[in-house]
Amino acid sequence: MEQTKIIDLKNISKSFDGEPVLKNINLYIRDKEFVTLLGPSGCGKTTTLRIIGGFEQPDEGDVFFLDERINDVPPYKRNVNTVFQRYALFPHLNVYENVAFGLRVAKVPNNVISKKVKETLALVNLKGFEKRAVSTLSGGQQQRVAIARALVNNPKVLLLDEPLAALDLKLRKDMQNELKALHERTGITFIYVTHDQEEALSMSDTIVVMADGRIQQIGTPTDIYNEPKNAFVADFIGESNILDGVMIDDFRAKFAGVEFKCLDSGFEKNEPVDVVVRPEDVDIVPADKGMLRGTVTGVTFKGVHWEIIVDIKGFKWMIQTTDYCAPDSVIGLYIEPDAIHVMKKSEYSGMFGDYSSYSEEFDELSVADPEEEEKNTEAEDE
Amino acid sequence: MNKKSFLDSFSLVPHAVWSVLFIVAPLIFVVYFAFTDRNGNFTFSNIGALSDYAHIFGLSVAFALIATVICLLIGYPLAFFISRLKPSKQKILILILMLPMWISLLIRTYSLMALLDNGGLLNTLFEAIGIGPVKIVGTAGAVILGMVYDFLPYMVLPIYTSMSKLDIRYFEAAEDLGCNGFKTMTKVVFPLTVPGIISGITMVFVPSISTFYISQKLGGGSFDLIGDTIERHFQNQSTYNVGAAISLVMMILILISVAVMNKFADDNKGGQLIV
Repeated sequence: MEQTKIIDLKNISKSFDGEPVLKNINLYIRDKEFVTLLGPSGCGKTTTLRIIGGFEQPDEGDVFFLDERINDVPPYKRNVNTVFQRYALFPHLNVYENVAFGLRVAKVPNNVISKKVKETLALVNLKGFEKRAVSTLSGGQQQRVAIARALVNNPKVLLLDEPLAALDLKLRKDMQNELKALHERTGITFIYVTHDQEEALSMSDTIVVMADGRIQQIGTPTDIYNEPKNAFVADFIGESNILDGVMIDDFRAKFAGVEFKCLDSGFEKNEPVDVVVRPEDVDIVPADKGMLRGTVTGVTFKGVHWEIIVDIKGFKWMIQTTDYCAPDSVIGLYIEPDAIHVMKKSEYSGMFGDYSSYSEEFDELSVADPEEEEKNTEAEDE
Repeated sequence: MNKKSFLDSFSLVPHAVWSVLFIVAPLIFVVYFAFTDRNGNFTFSNIGALSDYAHIFGLSVAFALIATVICLLIGYPLAFFISRLKPSKQKILILILMLPMWISLLIRTYSLMALLDNGGLLNTLFEAIGIGPVKIVGTAGAVILGMVYDFLPYMVLPIYTSMSKLDIRYFEAAEDLGCNGFKTMTKVVFPLTVPGIISGITMVFVPSISTFYISQKLGGGSFDLIGDTIERHFQNQSTYNVGAAISLVMMILILISVAVMNKFADDNKGGQLIV
């Protein structure tokens, strides 16, 4: 990957009506990278994107585009194009004219426009849709038009604001693959905003996890998943059991009343820490052979695996296993040293990672609704 | 099988009765009078007599067109301005705009006349600063001013409605794709508000072309427009039939112009027409 910083945000802060939305954001994005801003609704990810696009001005801090400060450059002069949430296709223009819009504004000759629009429509698999009115297209097709309309201008950076949020699951998966492929084919830097952690993990080169107007962690998908920096990141990305623990010494962590070997070091002796154990990293063994022992309180069939909730000394663990365990049976858990990840205490300690109140509906509720998100950003606009 | 509910079957009845009594029947009378003489015999002479009124038609169309254009030039930017404000401020401004519409058109016109007349407020002011009394009432300008004054809200409201329905993201998308403010207006906002413009034009042009009160009061009797002519003919039993013929032709003219404008709106699939 090239090391040129194409976008550089320095000490960006932003409030709406006295309500801080971004608190001292520092972030640079390398050329040709696929970067995802990931976080729950209201975390500031869309505002960050809009600052890069020029639709919002930061209260403090600077935005650089290839080392040039662009705080005061209006959107129409930035070499950046946006795929808007819910697309914002022009209803008075057909597919061809929507895609050609940017080129017409730039006064590109007609024959060039025609060639480029055709190429771009082919790129997003919309050959033959030129004359269609945008209102007759399905959500997925409108999505492609929106992408084509942005890509045809050959921007340095493409900003995508929850572009797949309105699509159904199957279509979303297909579009994820297509977007990834488009990114590779075009070599354009993609900055992608989503609240869907799976989407972020499967598409990005780099993920920026945000919460409460701050960047929580920047890293590759594997880094973010395997080495979460704090309880928020561990909880937001995938499922995790997050336990209150103590780092007795390097490579020795104590939690759930038991001392474990681990691979983490560099903490103070007896420093209180948060310990993450991913549900899929726990092995189930007979009760007498386990490092921990507990009672199964819930079993859910998930297709690929069973998801079981185990009560260990009052803390409910989630474990994903391919072996069925009967409810109310007593089982043992075995945890390898490399399955344990130790994190510094943070403001998010103790807020996540216990499955005692866990239920499917509850999980559904916490997934941000795109409409809801919409309202939030609109509220932010005012 | 296909049993209709009570509402489905009868909800149209009140309006149907109304239409027949007050729209369809009068129209039939207009057509009947237009093609009969005083004794009720069929004739084309009323229609034939219309050529004498060609200049009146011309003048009325010209006045109405000028008033409509002025309303559009004032109303479009005004509607845009209002639609960009915070919702609370929008409500206040729309209320102010609509306030005059709560007062009878006759009273509004009469008070405008009182303002502009020789002994009126404006001329008193002119005299005070030494410009002397300026003849305003009785000029073409006063008639057009009256039309603009009376009908401007009908231009602003439909345009404002179509503008306030525009998604803010259209503006952002246009800007994102390289449009400065002016190009955003011409390439996105204007085409998307054409239905509002068409509605506004219709709602100003139609009453302007058929008005009689404004021209009588503010024109000081020097301008005979179609509305005045029709009124005069209907005041007099003997010219009922000519009046009906003029009404009929005017109605057809209006229908044609509305149809032409709606054609524009259809070509621009920007949104709903609000007439």
